[in-house]
Amino acid sequence: MQFMLLFSRQGKLRLQKWYVPLSDKEKKKITRELVQTVLARKPKMCSFLEWRDLKIVYKRYASLYFCCAIEDQDNELITLEIIHRYVELLDKYFGSVCELDIIFNFEKAYFILDEFLLGGEVQETSKKNVLKAIEQADLLQEKTETMYHSKSFIGYKKAY
Amino acid sequence: MPAVSKGDGMRGLAVFISDIRNCKSKEAEIKRINKELANIRSKFKGDKALDGYSKKKYVCKLLFIFLLGHDIDFGHMEAVNLLSSNKYTEKQIGYLFISVLVNSNSELIRLINNAIKNDLASRNPTFMCLALHCIANVGSREMGEAFAADIPRILVAGDSMDSVKQSAALCLLRLYKASPDLVPMGEWTARVVHLLNDQHMGVVTAAVSLITCLCKKNPDDFKTCISLAVSRLSRIVSSASTDLQDYTYYFVPAPWLSVKLLRLLQCYPPPEDAAVKGRLVECLETVLNKAQEPPKSKKVQHSNAKNAILFETISLIIHYDSEPNLLVRACNQLGQFLQHRETNLRYLALESMCTLASSEFSHEAVKTHIDTVINALKTERDVSVRQRAADLLYAMCDRSNAKQIVSEMLRYLETADYAIREEIVLKVAILAEKYAVDYSWYVDTILNLIRIAGDYVSEEVWYRVLQIVTNRDDVQGYAAKTVFEALQAPACHENMVKVGGYILGEFGNLIAGDPRSSPPVQFSLLHSKFHLCSVATRALLLSTYIKFINLFPETKATIQGVLRAGSQLRNADVELQQRAVEYLTLSSVASTDVLATVLEEMPPFPERESSILAKLKRKKGPGAASALDDGRRDPSSNDINGGVEPTPSTVSTPSPSADLLGLRAAPPPAAPPASAGAGNLLVDVFDGPAAQPSLGPTPEEAFLSPGPEDIGPPIPEADELLNKFVCKNNGVLFENQLLQIGVKSEFRQNLGRMYLFYGNKTSVQFQNFSPTVVHPGDLQTHILSGLGQPPTKRVAAQVDGGAQVQQVLNIECLRDFLTPPLLSLPVTINKFFQPTEMAAQDFFQRWKQLSLPQQEAQKIFKANHPMDAEVTKAKLLGFGSALLDNVDPNPENFVGAGIIQTKALQVGCLLRLEPNAQAQMYRLTLRTSKEPVSRHLCELLAQQF
Repeated sequence: MQFMLLFSRQGKLRLQKWYVPLSDKEKKKITRELVQTVLARKPKMCSFLEWRDLKIVYKRYASLYFCCAIEDQDNELITLEIIHRYVELLDKYFGSVCELDIIFNFEKAYFILDEFLLGGEVQETSKKNVLKAIEQADLLQEKTETMYHSKSFIGYKKAY
Repeated sequence: MPAVSKGDGMRGLAVFISDIRNCKSKEAEIKRINKELANIRSKFKGDKALDGYSKKKYVCKLLFIFLLGHDIDFGHMEAVNLLSSNKYTEKQIGYLFISVLVNSNSELIRLINNAIKNDLASRNPTFMCLALHCIANVGSREMGEAFAADIPRILVAGDSMDSVKQSAALCLLRLYKASPDLVPMGEWTARVVHLLNDQHMGVVTAAVSLITCLCKKNPDDFKTCISLAVSRLSRIVSSASTDLQDYTYYFVPAPWLSVKLLRLLQCYPPPEDAAVKGRLVECLETVLNKAQEPPKSKKVQHSNAKNAILFETISLIIHYDSEPNLLVRACNQLGQFLQHRETNLRYLALESMCTLASSEFSHEAVKTHIDTVINALKTERDVSVRQRAADLLYAMCDRSNAKQIVSEMLRYLETADYAIREEIVLKVAILAEKYAVDYSWYVDTILNLIRIAGDYVSEEVWYRVLQIVTNRDDVQGYAAKTVFEALQAPACHENMVKVGGYILGEFGNLIAGDPRSSPPVQFSLLHSKFHLCSVATRALLLSTYIKFINLFPETKATIQGVLRAGSQLRNADVELQQRAVEYLTLSSVASTDVLATVLEEMPPFPERESSILAKLKRKKGPGAASALDDGRRDPSSNDINGGVEPTPSTVSTPSPSADLLGLRAAPPPAAPPASAGAGNLLVDVFDGPAAQPSLGPTPEEAFLSPGPEDIGPPIPEADELLNKFVCKNNGVLFENQLLQIGVKSEFRQNLGRMYLFYGNKTSVQFQNFSPTVVHPGDLQTHILSGLGQPPTKRVAAQVDGGAQVQQVLNIECLRDFLTPPLLSLPVTINKFFQPTEMAAQDFFQRWKQLSLPQQEAQKIFKANHPMDAEVTKAKLLGFGSALLDNVDPNPENFVGAGIIQTKALQVGCLLRLEPNAQAQMYRLTLRTSKEPVSRHLCELLAQQF
């Protein structure tokens, strides 16, 4: 996979993941072009299209479009299910995920994606394993956060 | 998942995000962002040291602003600081920022790499994974240099956690893709292959991707992966739908892994080991069988995952292209999908069938679906599906269905998306040319193209129709008549005027007998379009007019009147003005004879690859046109290229695109290195954009001088050139635009002398010109060619423009040999033939003596040239053997004998050539006392007929 984009029906980019080196300018150009192309398509149309020398696989979930660019020899249907598995992961993590979750917790969306896909390839397909990794991280986070709070509390006391 | 953990660590961030969301306008948003940026900047610059939490929060805000599409030019240092925090969440945000916003600030890279190095060494799997993710996300060369050597170790270390192995595998893959030179192959590669056996499915899933990429460059090192992949695949495919627990996806066991394994197998030819192959074929059959079973779930995810595996299986079957049974089954399966209610499946079936169409085993099976595909072209509502249908029609086209397909594509063209019209036009033009049985159909088709989609008919297409009409006199009258009729339409496309103008100028006389298309009618019809046309077209029409003066003297006065008109003679366009002036003068001063000579009918165009095909390839990338290009499907097709006798110029026309010596097929010849300087210069000049056809007054040249890409046909491959010399001793060995190499040679017994003439065809001096002869392998011990050694003369180092230098080579054949010396010298073993006369009885006696199977070489082959007994005789004599009459009971057959003289030994050779005029085939049998000699002579000689 060369890149993955999440954007809203209004064309607002919600997440971008690039697996090939491109300049910021090029990324913006690609995003603009693709968002336009995909949004112009009608609901019943097929989920694949040729774009430049890549294949675009996209699917809409509620107000969000998930859009992947894959290479010529890559499998379209399995890419469609990569999208779906990612949605399931987000859903499980956030509990009925909606666009707002991804806006406000964009960093989490990236972390989950990194556990699932790395370097443009599927790393771990087991939902349990991916969520376990994130869960562990969250546990670490909570631990450090409690640490942080107690620390700041001490700091607060000290200041006075 | 607990709702509490959802990033509520950073309240300030959430507030900022809602602020942005509440902005009513773009301006308000920018204002809010600038305010925040100023705030963060002041915090970062402030005297108070920020605590980790604030740093994390601000870095995260910057990230958010960047992802909104704004530029961020600070904060990198703070993010790097976060990397070395011992708090996981701070580290994580730091890594995220670096992954998204890395820039190659060298100082930062050093710091980042340092932090990564620490985390990799931490032995804390969570930290290690974070670091690996970061390397994989950035994938820069600097990171490759720093870590490419460490990661393989982490990957195969016995104590690495599974999750670390997974990340390491894909991290390495990313680095390898970015800079393959940095990833050292070594002992670890064998252990990576064995990850295919790992019990953790996630590790296998990650490892397969890595292996698939690595094995493309080093197939032999990874060969063992085939059997491992097959057994893994077989276990998955045969497992029940719940066996694999969490790796089962909607009742489909491990779909991602299956697809990846099938993908990996496509890097290799079919397994050699019969057991492995059997097991694999079984897997493929199981997948095909499962496709027929009722679905285990109604969910689209189930069918997608299942079909993903099915399509990948079909890809593998097509890749092997060796199991007719599977290919036909695949085709039938795709046939079912063609009518599936899911648009996605119809799309993929059309796409996949396109590749099936190019297999000889399934081509016919694909063709049976023609009606469905045509229907798809007509009724699909999604343009991308229609496009696939058009592609498939193109791929399945052959002589039997060309008319139907071309007419359907023409019909589709009328409503096709603008974006794909040009491609459809090219395809129609190619099919029409390729499969034309009668050329009137071809002409009709192209004129229809112009009528329907004139704007999309590129120059290549209408040039081509003119070339073909010019080269085939059986269609010229028809073309003139048709184009004349087409021009009568009240509005016709300018391309039609161009084609019409040219054809009537050349062949208008063929329809002039009919009063409805008498010369004055033809002229006034063309001239009625004149004023609406562009300059280029008007220039072409002026040329047509002068041709009319030659063809139809009765139009002279009218046309001279037109030329003389102020609007021509004083036209603001210099090209039009020049043509008018020159044609007018030509028509008044030249005698009819001179005029007839100047304006003689165009000679046939040299035959070459269709420039349209070349254009389609450029448009679609290699492979697009290959289905037709390789001529695989229809070897007997005499497409127009092959149908016309090639003109002699074909061989010697220089090709600017050929490399300097053009000997692409041969091992690198001893190229004169320094001439490259001059050569490149020339090649550049020729590679420049097409010159406007405005130079010469000769209209023929101006309008149909081929563009730079097709100045000439590609130089015949070196082997082909060598073949010329098997039966003769003198001729042109090599020629391109820069250099011509001529050869004269004589051979006696085991000695030979060869004169090479190097002609510099350019006007520039070749510097340091030094041809050398290379003896591949151990040829040196078989043949001595003294080049540059006494008594051979060395060539002068410089070759002046236009000059020729000569070089003498003395050759001695020491033993028998197969490969000719390089520079592709036409020195083949038969040169050392000594003809031997013998009586029939002797011949048969010796023939019987050489009866060991390995002493005989036989070849049955199709005649490539007309079967003429005299020519054959001359070739056999030229080959070096004696011709023995009255030996073979069948007088049609040829029998020859000779001895190959080498210093070490003599090899007696007997040969028999049996032509079969009816089948246009030959059978050639050679018997010699040395096995490789028999085979080699047989190969050499067989190419000559």
